[in-house]
Amino acid sequence: MNDFDWDVVTRSLGFVLLDGLGFTVVLTLTATVGGILLGIVLALMRQSKRFYISKPAQIYIDVARALPLILVIFWIYFLLPYLAQWVIGSPRPVAVGARTSAFVTFTLFEAAYFAEIIRSGMRGIRKGQYDAGYSLGLTYPQVMGSVVLPQAFRNILPVLATQMIIMFQDSSLVYVLSLTDLLGAASKVAQRDGRLVEMYLFATLIYFSISFAASQLVQRLQARVATPR
Amino acid sequence: MNYDWRWSVFLQPTLGGAMNYAELLLRGAGITVVTAVLAWLIALSLGTLIGVLRTVPVRSLNAIARSYVEIFRNIPLLLQLFLWYFVLPELLPESAGNWLKALPHGSFYVAFIGLGFYTASRVAEQIRSGIQSLPKGQTNAGLALGMSLPQVYRHVLVPRAYVTMLPTLTSEGLAIMKNTSVALTIGLAELTAQARAMQEYSFHVFEAFSAATVMYFALNVVIVQFARLIERRTAHLA
Repeated sequence: MNDFDWDVVTRSLGFVLLDGLGFTVVLTLTATVGGILLGIVLALMRQSKRFYISKPAQIYIDVARALPLILVIFWIYFLLPYLAQWVIGSPRPVAVGARTSAFVTFTLFEAAYFAEIIRSGMRGIRKGQYDAGYSLGLTYPQVMGSVVLPQAFRNILPVLATQMIIMFQDSSLVYVLSLTDLLGAASKVAQRDGRLVEMYLFATLIYFSISFAASQLVQRLQARVATPR
Repeated sequence: MNYDWRWSVFLQPTLGGAMNYAELLLRGAGITVVTAVLAWLIALSLGTLIGVLRTVPVRSLNAIARSYVEIFRNIPLLLQLFLWYFVLPELLPESAGNWLKALPHGSFYVAFIGLGFYTASRVAEQIRSGIQSLPKGQTNAGLALGMSLPQVYRHVLVPRAYVTMLPTLTSEGLAIMKNTSVALTIGLAELTAQARAMQEYSFHVFEAFSAATVMYFALNVVIVQFARLIERRTAHLA
C-alpha cells in the first residue's frame, strides 16, 4: 500500500468545491431550465397535427437521442464559431469559448430528453381535459398553458428531477473540453500534484453524496406528488 | 459558411501512412461495436443477477443488491472509468498493480468491464421492475406445481420480465453503444476518438464528425431492427 497524501484534498477544497462544483451546478441548473423551456416547445411541436411542424421536431429529438453526448459536445464546440460568424456576419469564425459551447450543448441536448418526458406526461392527460377547455371557449395557448401542461408537469415532476440528476452526472463529460467542472478541477489538481487516487476518490465521494441525496429526495417527492385518481 | 468541404479527405492516408481515414473510422466503429457487445454481455448477466437478488425474500441479498445499484448508479460513468483505470492499480498490492498498469490494451479491458458494471446497475433496476410487475400468481402457481423458488425465477419470472422490459432493455443497449464514446478519455480508439484523431491530423473537422455521426445512426438502426426482430419472435410470450 503506497502512502497516500490526504492533505491534498483539504488544500484544494476551495478550488474543487467553489470553482469545480460551482461550475457543475451552474451548468446543470442552466441546462435544466433552458432544456425544459426548449423541451416544452419541442413537445408541443411534436404533438402538432401539421406535418411541417411535427417533422422537424421529430428529427431534432431523434438525432439528439441517437448521438453520444461526447460527439455532440465536439460538434457544437467546433460548429458554434462558424454559426456565430454566419449569424453575426463577421469576416472570421467567432471565438466562442469552451464554456459557452458547453452551456449551449447541454441545453440543446437535454431539451430532446425533456421533450420526450413532457410528451409522455401530456399523453397521460385524458382527452376530456382538452375537450372541456375548448368547449369553454379557451384558445389553444390557454388550454395548454392553464389546463394541460400544469397537470402534465405535476405528473412528470419526479421523472424530470431524475433527468436532472442524470444531467448532473453527464456534466462530467465537459472534461473533454478541459473545462473546470467538479471532475475537471479534481483532475487538474490530481495531475498537478500527482495524487490521482486521493483526488478521484474525493470527487467520487462528492458525486455520490449529491446524486444519492438527490435521488432520495426525488423518491420522497414521488410519494407526495402521486395524485389519487 | 466559409469552410473548405473536401470529402476526398477520406481517401487520404493518415499520419502513420498505413491506412486512409475511411479505414481509420471503420476500425474505430469496429472497436465501438466490440466494446459495446462485451459490455452488454456483462451488463445483461450481472444485471439480471442483481435485479433478481433485489426481489428474492432474503433481506441480506436485497441489501447487497441495493448497495450495488446505488453505488454504480450515482457515480458518473467517466469517473467510474477513471477509478478502474487510474485508482484500482494503486489500491491493489504492488505486483498486481504493476501488472495491471503494464497490461497491453488496458484501456479496452477497463472500457468494457467498467461500462458493463455501470450498465448492469441500470439493467438490474429494469429487471427488478419487470419482475415486480408480474402478478404474484405467477410465483404462487410455480411454487404450487412443486418448483423451487430458483426454478420459478429461471423458468417463469426472468423470461417474462425480459419480454416485458424489452423496450427499456433496447434503449439500454443503445445507451451502451453511445457510452463507449466515454472511453476515449482513457485512450480507447473507438469511433469518436478516431474522428477526433482524423480532425487533428487532417484539420477537416466537419467531414470527420459527419462520418462519425452517420456511423452512429447506422449502428442505432441496426440495434433497433435487431430489437424489433426479438420483439416479433417473443410476442407470443408477452
